[in-house]
Amino acid sequence: MSARVRLWVFLVGAAGFAVLFAVACFGLPAFGTGHHPYGVRAVHASLSHHTANVIASVNFDLRAFDTLGEETIFFSAVLGTVVLLRRARDERRKDPEPAVVHPRVRRFALLMLPPALLVGLYVIAHGQISPGGGFQGGVVAATALHLLYIAADYRALERARPLTLYEIGEAAGEVTYVITGLAAVLAGSAFLANVLPFGTFATLSSGGTVPVLNAAVGLEVASGVVVLLARFLDQAVEIEEPGEDDGSPRGAGDGGDNGDDERERA
Amino acid sequence: MTDVLIVVALLLVAGAATAAVLNRDPVRQALVLSFLGLALALLFTFLQAPDVALSQLAVGSAVTPLMILLTVRKVRRRPGDGDGADQRAGRER
Repeated sequence: MSARVRLWVFLVGAAGFAVLFAVACFGLPAFGTGHHPYGVRAVHASLSHHTANVIASVNFDLRAFDTLGEETIFFSAVLGTVVLLRRARDERRKDPEPAVVHPRVRRFALLMLPPALLVGLYVIAHGQISPGGGFQGGVVAATALHLLYIAADYRALERARPLTLYEIGEAAGEVTYVITGLAAVLAGSAFLANVLPFGTFATLSSGGTVPVLNAAVGLEVASGVVVLLARFLDQAVEIEEPGEDDGSPRGAGDGGDNGDDERERA
Repeated sequence: MTDVLIVVALLLVAGAATAAVLNRDPVRQALVLSFLGLALALLFTFLQAPDVALSQLAVGSAVTPLMILLTVRKVRRRPGDGDGADQRAGRER
């Protein structure tokens, strides 16, 4: 395709998008108004299922199937990163040198670690009651763990982070979501339908399947982000390409079975 | 009152986003991006979308800048000023 044709294709596409976008914008309700037909229906549906946080109800009850798709996208993205960032045959591992941490930084990071972890778990557990849920809490919990890297060094983080467990955790989160959906089918309802007892409004056990799905997503996202950051940290801190620093020969010694070796260390 | 807060947050977002575009150094961009995440989280909070604000805070101002910083560190460690053989090995990849 020549540059001229490409430009025309782009212009036609852009014009079409501009028209549709303008039409859609004029069809929107006014900014900041109190009444919205979809909102009213969503609030009604979530209150009838005893889910105080309407957003959680929309995500994990009304649109649980959509969320399964989003969860799968996240799962595949982490899987793709793991495959892309695995150690190549001509790279080798070098133990990172322990870094000197300023005592004040160390104290602050160690002080913040437990509350940050707790906030993450709290946000996952209270997803059906207050803002947040599996995704948000999972990311908070996973980043909280990395305060160890700031407080101490990479070794300490690696010891506190059995990577295989987190890889299993990520898969388990995804599987739990599907199993919860299939359990509804076995109970004689539709896939991912909310079949559990709804409980008392605004308590930890309210919302039927919403807290279960929240926990599944929380497990997957927390594990997934840990695995994701572990791969990036590996690349930045440990894995060396031939020619870096001392220029040793390519693929010295441990060329073949890089994956297993990595797992053993984790 | 809410309108004022929304306008302030919008200005912060626009300023941070412009700064992110104008900065050429990836490390600085990562830091500006972190600030942009914070500004967006504020905006979403003022627009009464705390769920989205939480996601934005966790992903936009913590995880994404961290991944950019780690990537920059890895790329910078590539040989570039070593001797000839090392440079060749680096470029083959």
